[in-house]
Amino acid sequence: MKIGSGMKLEALVLGLILLFIAAFAYTASTGNHEWSGADSQAEGVISDLTGGSYTPWYQSIYEPPSGEIESLLFALQAAVGSLIIGYFLGYYRALAKAKAVSAAPEKDGKQDA
Amino acid sequence: MHIMEGFLPHPWWEIWFALSLPVVAYGVHRINRMIKDNRETLPLLAVAGAFVFVLSSLKLPSVTGSCSHPTGTGMGSIIFGPWITSVLAVIVLVYQAVFLAHGGLTTLGANVFSMGIAGPMVGYLVYRAAMRSGLHLFLAVFLAATLADWATYLVTALQLALAFPAASGGAYASFEAFAAVFAITQVPLAAVEGAVTALMFKYIVELRSDVLVRMNVVSAKAVAVLKEAAA
Repeated sequence: MKIGSGMKLEALVLGLILLFIAAFAYTASTGNHEWSGADSQAEGVISDLTGGSYTPWYQSIYEPPSGEIESLLFALQAAVGSLIIGYFLGYYRALAKAKAVSAAPEKDGKQDA
Repeated sequence: MHIMEGFLPHPWWEIWFALSLPVVAYGVHRINRMIKDNRETLPLLAVAGAFVFVLSSLKLPSVTGSCSHPTGTGMGSIIFGPWITSVLAVIVLVYQAVFLAHGGLTTLGANVFSMGIAGPMVGYLVYRAAMRSGLHLFLAVFLAATLADWATYLVTALQLALAFPAASGGAYASFEAFAAVFAITQVPLAAVEGAVTALMFKYIVELRSDVLVRMNVVSAKAVAVLKEAAA
């Protein structure tokens, strides 16, 4: 079953992603940015607001020992997610195809009769 | 939107736990009931959870010169509603808190509330309202996922503002300071998340519109309109 008018949505999404990349390229070319995480920038705001007096009362139970290991764990997270999505979409697609194939001979049979 | 480990003082971390726990417990109950009644929803639940895994792992650069990440919860909230989506968010947030030192166990309640409850609640309501007003299905999904993402970060700014009110101007002044970090950075990311979610949703409707119709996510009429447009 096909839905939507062809690949229109795909084209729109691709366009938006290209726009996103262009915005990144433009921002990167207009100054020195740290590209640090917004989550950690919030820490800076907390320290501004409290005059640096706030100390976290609990530490992470585990921290990735290096940036490389951190990216490994992030990549693992994305890989597991993609695997599950791909598996089920592929399963559904094959299922739909198998149903279509098994339905087709019946039709032919009726035409012959 | 991860509030770092130990960064919410007493009584705020307890408050957000108290607000999130009943929702997540109810979400678990809803998942059990849904799977018992209708096993064919299980693969879709896995896909929605996996979508949160993928999107929340991508730290993307934004126009503000800093990086942030999408949440991926819009998809789950559209298909399963905010209760069940809160459970999906807990899984990802626990993984990131334990293995990645992103977010934390003490701030888990607050992070589940922003990413797993408030954002999805907004996404769900936007989707329902957009469908009632007769918007195109994919536009409705785009709007719902975009606003769910954005709302998540505004709620994080609010949570931090409440915990750290400014000496002059109080919580409102600190909300402005935290929102300045999160809100603008998140706009382009939220839009990309909305677009990718709409595309993902298109593929799910293509393959299992029957399940979505039975779950009352889309109407049979809306699916017929889409099929006609393709023919």
